[in-house]
Amino acid sequence: MDDEQREGGDVLRLENASLGFGERTLWSGLDLSVKRGEFIAVLGPNGSGKTSLLKTVLGQQALDSGRALLGGAPVRSGDRRIGYIPQQKLVPPGTPLRARDLVALGVNGHRFGLPLPRRGERERVEELLADVGATSYADRPVGSLSGGEQQRLRVGQALADDPVLLLCDEPLLSLDLAHQRGVSELIDRRRREHDTAVLFVTHDINPVLDKVDRILYLAGGRFREGTPDEVLRGEVLSELYGSPVDVFRSHGRVVVVGVPDAQTHAHHTHHPPDERPGAHA
Amino acid sequence: MIDLDTYVQLLGLVQNSIIAGAVLGLVGGLVGVFVMQRDMAFAVHGISELSFAGAAGALLLGVNVVAGSLVGSLIAAILIGLLGARARDRNSIIGVLMPAGLGLGILFLALYPGRSANKFSLLTGQIIAVDSPQLAWLVGISLVVLVALLLIWRPLTFDSLDPDVAAARGVPSRFVALAFMVLLGLIVAVSVQIIGALLVMALLVTPAAAALRVSASPVLVPMLASVFGLFSAVAGILLAIAGSLPISPYITTISFAIYVVCRLVGRASRRRLRAAV
Repeated sequence: MDDEQREGGDVLRLENASLGFGERTLWSGLDLSVKRGEFIAVLGPNGSGKTSLLKTVLGQQALDSGRALLGGAPVRSGDRRIGYIPQQKLVPPGTPLRARDLVALGVNGHRFGLPLPRRGERERVEELLADVGATSYADRPVGSLSGGEQQRLRVGQALADDPVLLLCDEPLLSLDLAHQRGVSELIDRRRREHDTAVLFVTHDINPVLDKVDRILYLAGGRFREGTPDEVLRGEVLSELYGSPVDVFRSHGRVVVVGVPDAQTHAHHTHHPPDERPGAHA
Repeated sequence: MIDLDTYVQLLGLVQNSIIAGAVLGLVGGLVGVFVMQRDMAFAVHGISELSFAGAAGALLLGVNVVAGSLVGSLIAAILIGLLGARARDRNSIIGVLMPAGLGLGILFLALYPGRSANKFSLLTGQIIAVDSPQLAWLVGISLVVLVALLLIWRPLTFDSLDPDVAAARGVPSRFVALAFMVLLGLIVAVSVQIIGALLVMALLVTPAAAALRVSASPVLVPMLASVFGLFSAVAGILLAIAGSLPISPYITTISFAIYVVCRLVGRASRRRLRAAV
């Protein structure tokens, strides 16, 4: 990485990006630049194209028009400068992997050849486990761990190559409040200490409200981008949704009321505990 | 029952079969670990029926039965791999392929004018009926599967656990998935020759399922699975040649017994763990 980028060049740039499926436009004319160490939350109702945005950055979804650049070059599939933290899917009990093996997959899971670790890889895994506070359960089977513990491991896995960009797809979904805080603090600490940029897709801004620099709000084929104070306002969201929406703030939390699509559960405040296997499909 | 001298003589005669059984048991156990993780037990069954059809067709045409079995297996494995990326699609494709394959095989056998023992052995297995050059092929194919499996082991593990993340981290998911299907097709074709199309799962599913009951270690599970597979196959052959019964029921019974024991051991140790916590 050259000095210019180190000085604060964009890690990720979307230029006039458009994506749709058939008749429906997810978003068009989207411009977004993400600098090193920036924490950007992507909000919006279901079907607004949040996950498709991540797939685009991952190089798994081609744009209809416009460009997506990582470190100045077009995004490509399987780029190891990106760390990806998926929606929390519980690993089925009985999966023959220990916590440390899940993290190790981030270090060498892509490599063909006899499955023997190279020099230094064991230490790297140990380091990552310590980083995410998982050392105490490193040798337990992954399937026996709680959702929150598993999600910490996925953060560790995603950090294996010191990524310049962390893509998080609803990483807090179905975690209880304590684990939501734990996992989001882990991600926040990472970007503060290593200047890793974070693109964080979520339907609930509250667990990360005090951490985000900017918000990208997608809705109805349109988008708004800015600081939380700029975007999370009644008139802004009303315009975006094309119908009256109210934003309330209380005790440092944001509650959005009146989102047209009742199915979206946008910004709900309660989450089921994460200890039940199979609770989330 | 037979006396010891005769048994030792027989042993010399079936030596190659025992080697083939041992190699298949070992490799089948390893493949089974991924069959379980990728939720593909049903696919194994589907592939084996098409493999049976291929073998029966070869028998009818008077060409190499192992080759026919391989052709059937690979066609099924690749079709399932290409069309059935998602579990639900996969199951419906297998459900359609399986009776088609079995029916075709039965048709070929009905048309086959030769000895009926040959016919039956494709469904229920009779390794003793396989001649030495063919045994060498079976061992060779199993070893190819073993080496290839070890080479794709890590990406395959990643892809089996979480295909989305694996793809994001640079695992060529489609290639890995298809490569595994080809390896599965190859080892199923070998198994059909040894324990028969209907019983393939006793070596490709049961040993790994048993190992997973007693361990979650990524090293111990494959090791146990291959030991269980090897033991079932070899012990089955050794017991069978002492009597007049076919080999397959011995192999399936031993492998089932191992599974039952592992379930009980697994339950006991989980209970102990819970009591300790």
